[in-house]
Amino acid sequence: MIDMTLTPAHYKSDVKPVWCPGCGDFGVLNALAKALAKLALRPEDVAVVSGIGCSSRIPAYTSAYGFHGVHGRALAVGTGLKVARPDLTVVVTGGDGDGYSIGGNHFLHACRRNVDLTYIVMDNRVYGMTKGQPSPTTEADWTSKLMPQGTGLGEIKPMAIALAAGANFIARGFTGDPNGLADLIVSAVEHPGFSFVEVLSPCVTFRPEQREWKKMVRGHALAPAADSVEAATRIFADDGMNLGVLYAGTRRPFAPPIGRAQRTPTDLERRFAL
Amino acid sequence: MKQAVLDFMARACAMEAEAAERYAELAEQMWAFHNREVAKLFGKLARIEGLHRDQILEKMGWTEAPDPSAFRWETPEGPETTDYGELHYLMQARHALELALHNERRAAEYYERLSEADIPEDIRREAAEMAEEEREHVRLIEVWLAKTPDPDARWDEDLDPPVSVD
Ligand SMILES: Cc1ncc(C[n+]2csc(CCOP(=O)(O)OP(=O)(O)O)c2C)c(N)n1
Ligand code: SF4
Repeated sequence: MIDMTLTPAHYKSDVKPVWCPGCGDFGVLNALAKALAKLALRPEDVAVVSGIGCSSRIPAYTSAYGFHGVHGRALAVGTGLKVARPDLTVVVTGGDGDGYSIGGNHFLHACRRNVDLTYIVMDNRVYGMTKGQPSPTTEADWTSKLMPQGTGLGEIKPMAIALAAGANFIARGFTGDPNGLADLIVSAVEHPGFSFVEVLSPCVTFRPEQREWKKMVRGHALAPAADSVEAATRIFADDGMNLGVLYAGTRRPFAPPIGRAQRTPTDLERRFAL
Repeated sequence: MKQAVLDFMARACAMEAEAAERYAELAEQMWAFHNREVAKLFGKLARIEGLHRDQILEKMGWTEAPDPSAFRWETPEGPETTDYGELHYLMQARHALELALHNERRAAEYYERLSEADIPEDIRREAAEMAEEEREHVRLIEVWLAKTPDPDARWDEDLDPPVSVD
């Protein structure tokens, strides 16, 4: 049954965020709560899964089922959950370090599998939680105390990777526009298959210059393409500041048949017995 | 009352509700970082915006404010809502009041524009009334600011930061 009285407040837990004041992740929490309310999903029909990082604290701050997982493994947990409980709306969340470094391989295969879930990456181009190491999206010439000469490595383009690997819906949002981001999350959840939402989410502590992003982003600059070649042409010409839906494809989501488990946990335990 | 005026008042009420909610959230953020002075100040601003929301509710005979997330604005959020990105854990009262002043000015301008727009007369009248209230808030915050000292020269210096590169 759809409950029309649900408001964003219903999706925020009583746990108070410990993110630094000014952190972009507050905007994601706000947008996610708005999106879930707009989708009129009952909190008990939603699961928010994450890895490890500042951004990955988000399940604790949302009022839905939550799983604060292992670093880089949010997509593995989310995929397993969705396959076992297709009735749940699964939203996987995390940072660029969690999703593209240690979790990079899961990212590729989650796109390839195209299980019906939504992946929100709060990209601040840095490891916030562990105090400012560069991530795969950090600019080659960004210098800090930890990396005085910069990495000298070109950053990856997650949206291009998602497209090449088979994600069915690809979009970019910005935390300074929680309403626009909420709309993108709604579209991502509603779109069948694996939906990837890259969110520009400033880390005001280790990358204070990202406060300027609000002057740099271009709203509604990406128009959804159903053709992956057209989307690829656009994403390679993109400077990372265009917001909107890049791609909305038509691949059939992967949903393996669910059946009873063949082995019980006790069987497994026996196999490991010394 | 005509539907268009009801819609306008619902929007005005949502704008105040969103501003109040955001200030309350910002107060919590400041409490989390033990910035008591600014936490209290944001709490006070939340109550002021809440009063304005309640005045509209009373005038309209409504019991509950409409959900702000149902509305869209020319700006990313409502004209009176503070951007999360403007905060700093060491900010001082003056910084917070400057944000509040910016918000009140934006709200006044928003209503002023509506009061001069080519729209039904009854909405323009309501908008003019709201613009006057927002200008009153601007004046109040200006007085408050005049009594508030400038931030310390090195207000953002923290010799023992909660998150720092070791
Ligand atoms: C297996 C493992 N390796 C490393 C870590 C240390 N670690 C914790 S969070 C993190 C990176 C976080 O960066 P990101 O995912 O970008 O999130 P942010 O904190 O910026 O939101 C790392 C390397 C860990 N917790 N577990
Ligand atoms: S360190 Fe950066 S990412 Fe982590 S909470 Fe602070 S601002 Fe956000």
